[in-house]
Amino acid sequence: MDSAPVQSRQRPYKPPVLGRGQTFDTVTDQISSVVDRTQQPRAWWIGFGIGFVLLNLLLVCVSCLFAWGTGIWGVNNPVGWAFAIINFVWWIGIGHAGTLISAILLLLRQDWRTSINRFAEAMTLFAVACAGIFPIIHTGRPWVAYWLLPYPGTMMVWPNFRSPLVWDVFAVSTYATVSALFWFVGLIPDLATLRDRAENPIAARIYGTFALGWRGSVRHWHRYETAYLLLAGLSTPLVISVHSIVSFDFAVGVIPGWHATIFPPYFVAGAIYAGFAMVLTIAIPLRRMYDIKDYITGQHLDYMARVMLATGLMVCYGYLTEAFFALYSANLFEQYMIQNRMFGPYTSIYWLLILCNGISIQALWFERVRRSPVFLFIICMFVNVGMWLERFVIVVTSLHRDFMPSSWFMYYPTIWDIGTFVGTLGLFITLLFLFIRFLPMISMFEMRTLVPAAEVKEEH
Amino acid sequence: MGFDPEAPAFDLTAIREKLANTTGRTYWRSLEEVAETPEFRDFLEAEFPAAAESIATSLDRRQFLKLMGASLAMAGLGACTKQPLEKILPYAKQPEELVPGNPIFFATAYPLGGGAAPILVESHMGRPTKIEGNPEHPASLGATSAMTQASVLDLYDPDRSQVLLRAGEIRPWADFATAVADVMTKLGPIKGRGLRILSEPLVSPTLAAAIGKLLADLPEARWHQWEPLGRESVREGARLAFDRIVEPRYDFAKADVILSLESDFLFDGPGQVRYARDFSARRKASSPSASLNRLYVVESAPSVTGSKADHRLALRASEISGFARALAAELGINLDKPAGLAGRAGWVSAVAKDLLANKGRALVLAGPSQPADVHSLCHAINERLANAGQTVVYTMPVEESAPTPKDGLDTLAADMAGGKVSALFILGVNPVYSAAVDLEFTAALTKVPFTAHLSQQQDETSLRTLWHIPATHYLESWGDARAYDGTVTIQQPLIEPLYQGKSALEVISLLRGTSTGSDYDRVRDYWKSAVSVPDFEVFWRRSVHDGFIAGSERPALDIAVRPDFFVYLAQLPATDRDAGELEVVFRADPTIHDGRFANNGWLQETPKPWTRLTWDNAAMISPALAEKRKLSDGDVVELQVGNRKITAPVWTTPGQPEQTVTLHLGYGRTRAGHVGTGVGFSAYALRTVKNQWIASGVKMRATGVHYPLATTQTHHNMEGRELFRTADIATYAARPNFAQEPDNREMVEGHPEHEVPSMYPDWKYEGNAWGMTIDLSACIGCNACLVACQSENNIAVVGKEQVLRGREMHWIRIDRYFEGDLDNPAVYNQPIPCMQCEKAPCEVVCPVNATNHSSEGLNDMTYNRCVGTRYCANNCPYKVRRFNFYLFQDWDTESLKGQRNPDVTVRSRGVMEKCNYCVQRISSARIKSRKEDRDVRDGEVVTACQQACPSDAIVFGNINDKRSRVAATKADPRNYALLAELGTKPRTTYLAAITNPNPELVADAKATNQAAEKGGQL
Repeated sequence: MDSAPVQSRQRPYKPPVLGRGQTFDTVTDQISSVVDRTQQPRAWWIGFGIGFVLLNLLLVCVSCLFAWGTGIWGVNNPVGWAFAIINFVWWIGIGHAGTLISAILLLLRQDWRTSINRFAEAMTLFAVACAGIFPIIHTGRPWVAYWLLPYPGTMMVWPNFRSPLVWDVFAVSTYATVSALFWFVGLIPDLATLRDRAENPIAARIYGTFALGWRGSVRHWHRYETAYLLLAGLSTPLVISVHSIVSFDFAVGVIPGWHATIFPPYFVAGAIYAGFAMVLTIAIPLRRMYDIKDYITGQHLDYMARVMLATGLMVCYGYLTEAFFALYSANLFEQYMIQNRMFGPYTSIYWLLILCNGISIQALWFERVRRSPVFLFIICMFVNVGMWLERFVIVVTSLHRDFMPSSWFMYYPTIWDIGTFVGTLGLFITLLFLFIRFLPMISMFEMRTLVPAAEVKEEH
Repeated sequence: MGFDPEAPAFDLTAIREKLANTTGRTYWRSLEEVAETPEFRDFLEAEFPAAAESIATSLDRRQFLKLMGASLAMAGLGACTKQPLEKILPYAKQPEELVPGNPIFFATAYPLGGGAAPILVESHMGRPTKIEGNPEHPASLGATSAMTQASVLDLYDPDRSQVLLRAGEIRPWADFATAVADVMTKLGPIKGRGLRILSEPLVSPTLAAAIGKLLADLPEARWHQWEPLGRESVREGARLAFDRIVEPRYDFAKADVILSLESDFLFDGPGQVRYARDFSARRKASSPSASLNRLYVVESAPSVTGSKADHRLALRASEISGFARALAAELGINLDKPAGLAGRAGWVSAVAKDLLANKGRALVLAGPSQPADVHSLCHAINERLANAGQTVVYTMPVEESAPTPKDGLDTLAADMAGGKVSALFILGVNPVYSAAVDLEFTAALTKVPFTAHLSQQQDETSLRTLWHIPATHYLESWGDARAYDGTVTIQQPLIEPLYQGKSALEVISLLRGTSTGSDYDRVRDYWKSAVSVPDFEVFWRRSVHDGFIAGSERPALDIAVRPDFFVYLAQLPATDRDAGELEVVFRADPTIHDGRFANNGWLQETPKPWTRLTWDNAAMISPALAEKRKLSDGDVVELQVGNRKITAPVWTTPGQPEQTVTLHLGYGRTRAGHVGTGVGFSAYALRTVKNQWIASGVKMRATGVHYPLATTQTHHNMEGRELFRTADIATYAARPNFAQEPDNREMVEGHPEHEVPSMYPDWKYEGNAWGMTIDLSACIGCNACLVACQSENNIAVVGKEQVLRGREMHWIRIDRYFEGDLDNPAVYNQPIPCMQCEKAPCEVVCPVNATNHSSEGLNDMTYNRCVGTRYCANNCPYKVRRFNFYLFQDWDTESLKGQRNPDVTVRSRGVMEKCNYCVQRISSARIKSRKEDRDVRDGEVVTACQQACPSDAIVFGNINDKRSRVAATKADPRNYALLAELGTKPRTTYLAAITNPNPELVADAKATNQAAEKGGQL
């Protein structure tokens, strides 16, 4: 079995994904210095500060929600789901890039993934954490939300296994578990490095505990590689399954705009699309903040932008298909649904969505744009917003006008809806900055394999 | 904070008043606010000296809060329900008939306006909880109106007046008795000159007799009968035509062609429940050969009756008189026809032709909002058409002593202002709020030295009278009352007065100096002397038990229109008003009536017919006028009549005549209680003695202010969906199965309707399978079902702010769609309860199995299990599920707990709820049938909505029983399921509405409406 995760065999030319002049030492030093240094750059403090303030906003919003009830949100009788579910799907979607990069790109031997997989995985975990809050707090009685879990209670009542929400529980919790495991396993060799480099005995102790006694022996490496590959194999179907199942929340419903067979692939493409946009949103400022352009090169940006372009086009195809089938179905309700999306009271949201997700990414056909951090960052922000709007269109515009015109009603968010959403951004940012501070954001041991000296010349 | 230690004694009344003047959420905020007032600090010092000291000296807020917190916590502990420490004993002897858990029903009557509603009241362990109609009584036949349903809530209203007050201070009844004795001593020698009694027109024989005796003793005293929505024009019209005051009573069962001139007979007035039943019975076209009646309505304000019309003509109120004259002329009555009939000539002649073709089977009637002339003309027309004696009979007035114009409120006000009144007793009515504004009743009241007001609430009038006497609720006191046809019900109480309430009978007895004895004795004694029966005890017991005195209805009088009336008519000139100017018409509010229900949350939150507005009245204007004046819903306008002005938000109402603004009375109360104070605007402020119903020459000016109005339905177009299916009788005859031809056939290509494929196997029902049909031909959209459901199922009131946010909780709602011409559309009312789908989309998606299919086919809700994901509501195509976004139920107010149905869970925050076909009633019938070892009989389970429905539109039962009534209605060719193409297989189905238009007018309709748009005149 080929033990090295990367680099071997003859293959077509691949552009370099590591800056020139990097050696084993420089890689390790530069990456671990972010963690080792006692004083973080000012940007870190600002970023963490913003995140922390917003995290407190989340705590306030959730406390008030628990104290007063779901009524503080803008949800109403036809529109039973709104921001909470939009945010849930949005965050889960973002979470997909991590697994895709770690697992699928690993199996496909895309070595450029090495410099981004660590923080992409971390981002995944944090996004899933943000997402996981919503299904719990959006219930009317969050203190009994655990009833969705299948456990042998004295009342002998099981969850309804026909309900997509129960499938969600399994899908998301599996995804969170495997992602966390994958991330942690990938961290072990680097934790050992940090343990060895730590000057503070407490830090050394903590890193040591989590390094699980890693000594870098060949046997360790052998088992490690096997475990990592196995986990990659386990994660791969999850990339497809999780968002497919999330899409069932809608597709299983009877509501026009929800009840569509295209949803699973369309959601998965959208998730990867959103995920890569978020990876770039984080990578571009980071490489500037810590001057790690040698690790996250223009080539990386280019690759990720290509993935975005591809998945973005798939998503647009989804929009076209929805419209086409509404017309082709000759179904009054479906036709009205599309017409209402495009020209109803939420028309601006729909066209903004098309602008963000469909039009803005057309710039990515140009390599100069793909390699320009500024342009790319702007486009990623468009996509981040666009993907959120897409879920708004699906959730709210479908619900607010369904079958019975008598029950049609508008949905408007309240400050609590917005506060909770912004609060989860705070949670995400806080966790991300803590991660940057305490763990190597780029996989050191994997980066070392990209150093020219590590290249193994194959013998024939 | 200038605390003065030598401040006078605390004024609890002021504090109470301050609190009483606040509403809703601010109530709690103001508790803190009053803490800052001198009154509160004084009060505090008396009650909690330590706290007062700390607040006064150190102003240590923290310590103050601590102290207050402790006392409040103690108070809370004390309020917990615990058994007393003393030894208590359980029932040694259970009271006869009282089985804990089983309700008992008592027959009684609800006196409202010109006729009582005969009812049965459900009592749980001594608590009246629910009103039902008395099925034996001809005025009810088991049905009730929405207001009657809601009247039980008034009993438990926490804002009810509880104590007797003199100038705002609490006094015992004995003080009042002494004061009255003093007054009467002075009045006795002068034969009662200066003594006045003001009441509603009374339908209680005992009370009227008592007042009659008082007046006999004191011949100079006078009794004024008045109500704001009085029927003076009805009485005056009868007097004009017959030279005496008689009451017309209609028989809609016999009427084939009906022309209503602003009469909202299906919804308003004492006979509405029976009229709706008789009318609707003639609309149920279970086969194309059924003989349907035909209804023409000419009206200036959208009404429930108007929405059922086969032909509705929207005219300005002042033009209706001209219309009536034109029609009369067409029917051959010699009179001066108004000019300018051009636009509507076709209408008039078609109606006339139709009426003539149905002589003896036609009916022309007018509403109280039309002047006496129109009423008298109707009598003349009915006589000409030989309808009198057939579809209409004339009886003695229902009131014991018919109110006369000389004893109206205007004479009283004039006498008061002139100092001729020394003692005024007001029984029940609220003239300070609702009297015609030019009477200046409030000012006149100050001229009366002794005033006393008996009312259930400390209302606007109570505030300005010397004495306020808390009144008993009708469920608390003995009495009697006549229904619309005169049939008497002995009104028996179900509960001892909750507070220190007194009845009108007690007050009158006090005046007569016969205050010993009880109301029970008084009523009994009256009937003992009034009837001659061999065994009074048997008569009494039977009458009380049955809820009516058999044979006590007013007999039909054999009278004819006086011959010289036609001469009079011929001489009367046709007066054409200036048709160009804007007109205001006043109407009773469709939910809170004249304002008496302003503090009733159920009725406040009931969406009004046509507008679906809740919690507010509005100036209803036509779309054309809105367009012309560039007004949109909620824009506040100033309406000026003469020099009087009010501001009101407008509401665009299709079907409103262009130059007419409709104002609903009853809102803008300043002292109604926490629910009703300050809600809406008072249209009484424009209402004068002369302009009781119509005010012309109105100026309307936009103010630029916007006011949010809470409606439960924002979209009025069916968007081409076949939700409400309707056809005229000709189409029905040609295609009897028209209702079952689905529009969205494409979706189920290859599958007949109801056979959409499903992943899941069909349910099997061994025993009962409950189902419902709703006959849209019969439904009039009166909301009785909605309020009945609210009462039966402990449904919370959410308040205006939550309705604005789309969170009303009604389990059954009335969808209302408009179709056709914007200025005079067809109106479709469709009650929507839960459909109880066989393949319920809600059941599949609930993650915790909180909503399940029962073995009898219901979608049961398990509130305890619900976690509140709202997925079921999202997935419900009919949108019948309701979510408790907040703790909408009032869990704290003690008095409201008494009203709750103990068989229905009081839901908490965060759970979903919906209609369950009154599963508690199904269960109780099932238990009963099992005990008796038999099946549940057809008709044994009656849902609350079905029971209340005046038009008998709802049928419920076991569809497995092929002989059941519901099975028969499901076999009706008009039967169709809502959104059947989704494959939900609803258990609730609808019978399509059949209309019976006049073929001559159908072709003419468009032209007529266009003319109406242009000219706005006859």
